[in-house]
Amino acid sequence: MPLYHNDDQAMLKDSVAPFVAEQAPVSHLRKLRDSADATGFSRDLWAQFTEMGLPGMLVPEAHGGLGMGHMEAGIVLEEIGRNLTPSPFLSTGVGAVAALAKAGGTQAGRWLPAIASGEAIVALAIDEGAKHRPDRIATTATRAGNGFRLDGKKSFVLHGHVADVSIVAAKSDGGITLFAVPKDAKGLTADPRRLVDSSLASHVTLDGVEVDADAVIGEVDAGGEILDALLAATRTGAAAEMVGVGQGAMDMTVNYLKERKQFGKLIGEFQSLQHRAAHLYGEMEVARATVMKAQQLLDEGSEGAKLMVSVAKAKAGRAANLAVREGVQMHGGIGMTDEYDIGLYMKRDRALAEYMGDVHYHIDQVARMNGY
Amino acid sequence: MSELDAFRTEVREWLEANCPAEMREPIRDEGDVCWGGRNFKFKNEAQKAWLEACVAKGYTVPDWPKPYGGAGLTPEQTKILKQEMKRIKARSPLDSFGIWMLGPALLQFGTEEQKVQYLNPIARGEIRWCQGYSEPGSGSDLVSLQTFGEDKGDHWVVNGSKIWTSYADKADWIFCLVRTDKTNKYQGITFMLFDMESKGVTTKPILLISGNSPFCETFFDDVEVPKTQYVGEINRGWDVAKYLLGHEREMISGGGAGGDMVSIGGAFAKAFGKNAAGELDDPILRAEMAAFDVDVFAYRAMGERFMDMWKTGRAHPASSNMMKYVGTELNKRRHELVMSGGGSEALEWDSEESKGGARARGWLRTKANSIEGGTSEVMLNVIAKRILDLPGA
Ligand SMILES: Cc1cc2nc3c(=O)[nH]c(=O)nc-3n(C[C@H](O)[C@H](O)[C@H](O)COP(=O)(O)OP(=O)(O)OC[C@H]3O[C@@H](n4cnc5c(N)ncnc54)[C@H](O)[C@@H]3O)c2cc1C
Ligand SMILES: Cc1cc2nc3c(=O)[nH]c(=O)nc-3n(C[C@H](O)[C@H](O)[C@H](O)COP(=O)(O)OP(=O)(O)OC[C@H]3O[C@@H](n4cnc5c(N)ncnc54)[C@H](O)[C@@H]3O)c2cc1C
Repeated sequence: MPLYHNDDQAMLKDSVAPFVAEQAPVSHLRKLRDSADATGFSRDLWAQFTEMGLPGMLVPEAHGGLGMGHMEAGIVLEEIGRNLTPSPFLSTGVGAVAALAKAGGTQAGRWLPAIASGEAIVALAIDEGAKHRPDRIATTATRAGNGFRLDGKKSFVLHGHVADVSIVAAKSDGGITLFAVPKDAKGLTADPRRLVDSSLASHVTLDGVEVDADAVIGEVDAGGEILDALLAATRTGAAAEMVGVGQGAMDMTVNYLKERKQFGKLIGEFQSLQHRAAHLYGEMEVARATVMKAQQLLDEGSEGAKLMVSVAKAKAGRAANLAVREGVQMHGGIGMTDEYDIGLYMKRDRALAEYMGDVHYHIDQVARMNGY
Repeated sequence: MSELDAFRTEVREWLEANCPAEMREPIRDEGDVCWGGRNFKFKNEAQKAWLEACVAKGYTVPDWPKPYGGAGLTPEQTKILKQEMKRIKARSPLDSFGIWMLGPALLQFGTEEQKVQYLNPIARGEIRWCQGYSEPGSGSDLVSLQTFGEDKGDHWVVNGSKIWTSYADKADWIFCLVRTDKTNKYQGITFMLFDMESKGVTTKPILLISGNSPFCETFFDDVEVPKTQYVGEINRGWDVAKYLLGHEREMISGGGAGGDMVSIGGAFAKAFGKNAAGELDDPILRAEMAAFDVDVFAYRAMGERFMDMWKTGRAHPASSNMMKYVGTELNKRRHELVMSGGGSEALEWDSEESKGGARARGWLRTKANSIEGGTSEVMLNVIAKRILDLPGA
């Protein structure tokens, strides 16, 4: 498979890019933010996403979806990134679908069709502290009656306060088990916090939440592999979104270099800025190729996918971070104003950088996977 | 089975039957590289047999058309051949400036007669070429070059000098930029081809900081060049020169991928030792190596995407400048880490254990990567101008 979009993928991009740019440009984010929107995204927009079949892109056809791959989902995520569109697409349409499709069984049958039809929003309750440490999950699942009792605290749960169901990772007797916890479960509370990028992420408390045995996603104690699938998909998706954020910031900045005059010249004539912009271009191109490679390996079910996913999250993280920092700097004073969009890119990048493992986490993973 | 799968099987079997075991060992030094040419001495029988097998099959230049010595493979087939060669760690059967640089330029700009005449000996490793571009006063600002060819009707008489001419003392022929019109800067250069044994050509090796001397000063005193030996049009050699540079940059960028070193940290953990947690026993070096590994794995994906796009005409025509910039800066960083990892042992210059100072010399050699074929700063200038379309660049 060549590492560029095939004709179908190019067509998908040609329809998704103008759609997102028209329906949910940066002004859409501003409107939600300035009206102190309590949902965290627009349900009208989600309905439009559903009309286009986007929430069910990765859902297998047998469950009412389009059965597409990560390469296709990445096309949507890049546009979401470029336009800073608040959306539950990544957690619902990518992370949750990857876990449910991998697990199969009752919960897949229950939720995959609901995701594809746009009815269900799904939150991913994985992290428990300020940093992403999925190998140290402390939330417990103890057998109770004919089901389980869940106790623990989760953090950084995007859309946790509005999700119809949360995928909760917990420690069971013999390993990790994933549960589908519906929003009305007794003992489940979500405390939403506004983040720097205006998104809403919850601290979720599970205080003796009782679930039936069939709430288990996949098999008891065998959630490790399903969690891996969820993480790989979500990390790759976040990396694709960061490529969009970085590209958006870079395009804005390069345009500004062609407009702003100082010392009687366009500032884009100054070689010190040209070289930095050219360097950034190279980093963004490499990040894009890396993310595509991770998507391709995931779609092929290749063994090398895990390594490439960490490489992609780290590389896209570095490149997008450079793009937003250079973006603000090269805009001068105006880049520091709320009125100008470049600062919003910096904020969104910061949140995505942290999501599902930051650059340092993934660099460390790459070292471990290579035996050092 | 798809056609490509069938091709893969066929290639696999052919390699198994034809690639000698010695040619599946990593390249240790310059002597292991097969450059071909009139005066080339094979290091051993295996090197010769491997070249001959590839020549017979067209695999020294697999994507060139068959009449010119290639195998006429499609981009997909070429990729498969490369993958299969890499899988068994097969060495390149033949490396040369003819393959990397002159060949692509002739394929684009040469006449049919020239293609047949010059490409076949390149593919067979019979004629080794060198590149006469840079002059003492014209490096990055190449177009200011002064070497002059005086029109004498059916031939030119060339006078001047070139510098940094890699392997000029070992090459058979030179492709050379010569000014043929002093009144027109860009449209006054002709891309000439001539034999290094021509009367009036002399070379003088220059010693590099690595202690080796692969490049030369090259002098031309009244060298006669027949007026059939030029590529493209007279006075329009700059177009050929630039096109060729694109391929040169693409070739140099390949060093960034790091050959068969899978992971620098993985390689050094063995030598360095690990702590109780199984981590490389120097946390700061470990972190730097891991960050470097991320960049290398990322760059390999970039290399794959670039080649997929380049070979199918999808790449931005200036994107080889980006590849060269990123790849060469990466390779320099690799060798800084190799030196740090090697510690005082890597400082040894000529001991047997150090394989004649291979690490130190290799480290110093890589510093040229971001100079040869156009400097990093020039690459950034080109990206700014041709890709980002920035003003005044
Ligand atoms: C928080 C804040 C507080 C401030 N407070 C004050 C204040 O109290 N009083 C006041 O008078 N001003 C104040 N300023 C303005 C500040 O001094 C200017 O923003 C600054 O001088 C840059 O000018 P500029 O914003 O017009 O950017 P520009 O000059 O347009 O610069 C845009 C970009 O081009 C680059 N650039 C410009 N010229 C060159 C060149 N020749 N070579 C290379 N690169 C170049 C810049 O480095 C920058 O990256 C403040 C700014 C901020 C952000
Ligand atoms: C190992 C090696 C092998 C080589 N092999 C060959 C060969 O086979 N044939 C051949 O013809 N040449 C060869 N070269 C020459 C090579 O192409 C030149 O060295 C190169 O183009 C730079 O030219 P220069 O050395 O004159 O440096 P200069 O052009 O003098 O550059 C000096 C410094 O100034 C910077 N600079 C120059 N112009 C600008 C600008 N506009 N903006 C910003 N910075 C600038 C450069 O980046 C560099 O850092 C080789 C060089 C090396 C090191």
